[in-house]
Amino acid sequence: MALVLTIIAVVAGAALAAVNAVTAPQIEKINADNLAAGIKEVMGSDKINVAEPQQKTATVAGKEKTFIVYDVTDDSGAKLGKAVQTSENGFGGELQVLVGFDQEGTILGYTILQHAETPGLGAKAGDWFQKENGEKRTVVGKTPGKVNFTVSKDGGDIDAITASTITSRAFLLAIKNAYDNVCVTDANTGATTQAKN
Amino acid sequence: MNKYFKIFKNGIIDENPTFVLLLGMCPTLGTTSSAFNGLSMGLATTAVLILSNLIISLIKNLVPDKVRIPSYIVVIASLVTILQMVIKAYAPEVDKSLGLFIPLIVVNCIILGRAEAFAAKNGPVESIFDGIGIGIGFSLALTLLGAVREFLGAGAIFGFTLQGENYGMLLFVLAPGAFLALGYLIAIVNQLRSKK
Repeated sequence: MALVLTIIAVVAGAALAAVNAVTAPQIEKINADNLAAGIKEVMGSDKINVAEPQQKTATVAGKEKTFIVYDVTDDSGAKLGKAVQTSENGFGGELQVLVGFDQEGTILGYTILQHAETPGLGAKAGDWFQKENGEKRTVVGKTPGKVNFTVSKDGGDIDAITASTITSRAFLLAIKNAYDNVCVTDANTGATTQAKN
Repeated sequence: MNKYFKIFKNGIIDENPTFVLLLGMCPTLGTTSSAFNGLSMGLATTAVLILSNLIISLIKNLVPDKVRIPSYIVVIASLVTILQMVIKAYAPEVDKSLGLFIPLIVVNCIILGRAEAFAAKNGPVESIFDGIGIGIGFSLALTLLGAVREFLGAGAIFGFTLQGENYGMLLFVLAPGAFLALGYLIAIVNQLRSKK
């Protein structure tokens, strides 16, 4: 009977390996396409070249944070800025944000890569802070170092999502951390940069 | 043919896994926040169910009784993993909305339940029909529950807005709404069944 179980496991393993060989390149392509589309969206431009990602780690409030930084240039090779992947704990779990900064650190755009926020409330973060929604709500066009980059309830300049202050705080903090550690080149942050992989 | 139709109908109506057997409550409650999610989950489960029923009915005589359950689990887990890879590669939208619930099909008791109760005792053709019947029954139930929750919670069905944008009792899209809507649907189904 051990033999039967072994045979079943071997056959199942072979089937899995075969399917994986077919689907793995496709899955990789989809992930890469999603990321490329995301970077285009947050940089607000279609004609961009994205450099190899750099991983940056920094200690923020006692916790180690990792940022993945993509340097973006336009077709002529002029620097446009950076797209930074950053994350923070939201209301329901990890909130992963891809945010585009220009050379001065002003936000060009953002997109939510992954979230576990409440549907209908915190899950609105993907739309809420976009440019179309007016000066009080948007983060686009603002520079985290120059404005008070917290929700208005905490004395900041940005209106939180109605009934989702925790999500809003996490969202703004994720971007602020990215700005502080990636855009501001301060020797005292102790941030270390290394090529990813 | 009549026999197969009977097996088929049994799965959809008489032994509907959600409304009558009350099996597989975890994906039922967890994924039905919209009609599309419910339908996707139902179809994913149906695919696994048909294949697992077929394979198990084919290997049932080769597998000694003592290692029956582990063997079935290996078969089911492999099928689910294959399905997950295929969905990730070719239907990323479905993967995005169902995510964690796809691997959880492995522990969906409908599948092991049908393997034990039906496929292990019947031939391959009957088992396929049982898989289709139960699968469709499960898909219908999940789609119905998803549609009710989406309509009450977001004023839409399958993403088509039927009510104004701000209409909607958010509660029904959240977890408590799943219990409420399921409870009422089961009550209605019981009422209809008892009249027959």
